[in-house]
Amino acid sequence: MKKLINSPDNVVKEALAGMAAAHPDLLTVSYDPDIIVRADGPVKGKVGIISGGGSGHEPMHGGFVGMGMLDAACPGAMFTSPVPDQMLAATKAVDGGKGVLHIVKNYTGDVMNFEMAAEMAAAEGIEVAAVVTNDDVAVKDSLYTAGRRGVGVTVLLEKIVGAAAQSGADLAEVKRIAEKVNAQGRSMGMALTSCTVPHAGKPSFELPDDEMEIGVGIHGEPGRRRVKLASAAEIAEMLATPIVEDLPFASGDHVLAFVNGMGGTPLIELYLMYNELNTILKAKGITISRNLVGSYITSLDMAGCSFTLLKLDDELTKLWDAPVHTPALRWGV
Amino acid sequence: MHITAAHVITFIERVAATVKEQRDYLTQLDSAIGDSDHGVNLDRGFSTVITKLPGVADKDIGAILKTVGTTLVSTVGGASGPLYGTAFLRAGMATGDRFELGPADLIAALEAALEGIQSRGKSTRGEKTMIDSIGPGIDALKQANAADEDFLSAMRIGLAACEAGMQATIPMLATKGRASYLGERSIGHQDPGATSAFLMAKAMLEVAEGIS
Repeated sequence: MKKLINSPDNVVKEALAGMAAAHPDLLTVSYDPDIIVRADGPVKGKVGIISGGGSGHEPMHGGFVGMGMLDAACPGAMFTSPVPDQMLAATKAVDGGKGVLHIVKNYTGDVMNFEMAAEMAAAEGIEVAAVVTNDDVAVKDSLYTAGRRGVGVTVLLEKIVGAAAQSGADLAEVKRIAEKVNAQGRSMGMALTSCTVPHAGKPSFELPDDEMEIGVGIHGEPGRRRVKLASAAEIAEMLATPIVEDLPFASGDHVLAFVNGMGGTPLIELYLMYNELNTILKAKGITISRNLVGSYITSLDMAGCSFTLLKLDDELTKLWDAPVHTPALRWGV
Repeated sequence: MHITAAHVITFIERVAATVKEQRDYLTQLDSAIGDSDHGVNLDRGFSTVITKLPGVADKDIGAILKTVGTTLVSTVGGASGPLYGTAFLRAGMATGDRFELGPADLIAALEAALEGIQSRGKSTRGEKTMIDSIGPGIDALKQANAADEDFLSAMRIGLAACEAGMQATIPMLATKGRASYLGERSIGHQDPGATSAFLMAKAMLEVAEGIS
């Protein structure tokens, strides 16, 4: 394992200290419980928006704390859901009197820890609503299973819902928009390499040079199937087709296309993949009217990418375009 | 058999030591079908629990178990934090302010723990989780105890069933937890949660053997 670390035990805390030092204008970090809070929060009269999850997915979620996006983020240990104490502290820190929305990715641990935190917050008289993202089409959905993972849509949802809250929407309205974004978005990812969790010291799975994993999540877990390495055009097809067929997206639709890097893939390859995605969607009569290209929801040093498509209408487009000022996303200000 | 608060403390210490010893093994099981953190997370939680034990050394068994539960909830994270945390909290509620437990009390505490895990995880047997080793273990323990088996032998029978349940997770298709994302590929691997639960049950028997 070759990493820029001092000790596996201190990676999360030392990275948080770095974020605090780099962005004092946008956020403050407090420890035990570890939370990242918007510097000018709580914003009075605004619904608070918090999210959280295991560390190792940076910039998600801490990099999205700031004006027009998250009011707080709860970073767990590496790839491990944060604990309820963190979400409770964050909920209290961002409560501006209009209630707090929890954005939760659909993983067993995340869901349970957020649920426990919501129970505690309710006991303290804070109104909490939650939205659970589950956009990964690689996972079979069923009432009898843990269901689909929350992946790329989470980033888009945090931006859009953050804008809605910033514009003064109440908790019920913010939750409605959150559920709409989740319902209209789908994702799928692939990996060229595994990733190395600092504590484990070696890659989470072995992947020969001529093979790739299709349908991976964001925790170094293997995907749905392993296949021979293919061209970018073929890989784009393997990711885009299940997404388009699942919602389904249809000719005439306008979408936000998000090509995301898994952490170890250079931007030039992501743009190359965006070009492939653009070609595929054009042929299907689907118009990309907004896009995001870059590594925003990552899996440590994993090489690979994911596609996310979000069906847009005027409401979502306007919220996507609204000003945002966070360490990782900034426009309009 | 009389289980005292001091025995409960010894049990917790033994679990903490086992988790530390088996940390890499549990993490390795988890890397096959999960996200490579089970051993690390439990070790972090029980290491913190150990620092809290002196503060409850003179307290009743309920207080000890509840302290273990809240500490696990606050430090472990992932799915195992809420699950094991809830298990110890519910066991603590079941034992209440007693300083000594008999066989029936222990069985009631274990059943409360299992119920807590099932309701928090919205899961049931056969989904490739910790429930698949704990459930059969408690069933066998109860049955043997009801059949007037000496309680220590009943615990041995329970542990054997718990171990068999753990091994039975190998051919199972996961439908709950992170392993479920692998679909068919989850088959052929032993569940890390069922394994850590078996290790805790084993620690319990070892402490009981020291009592009798």
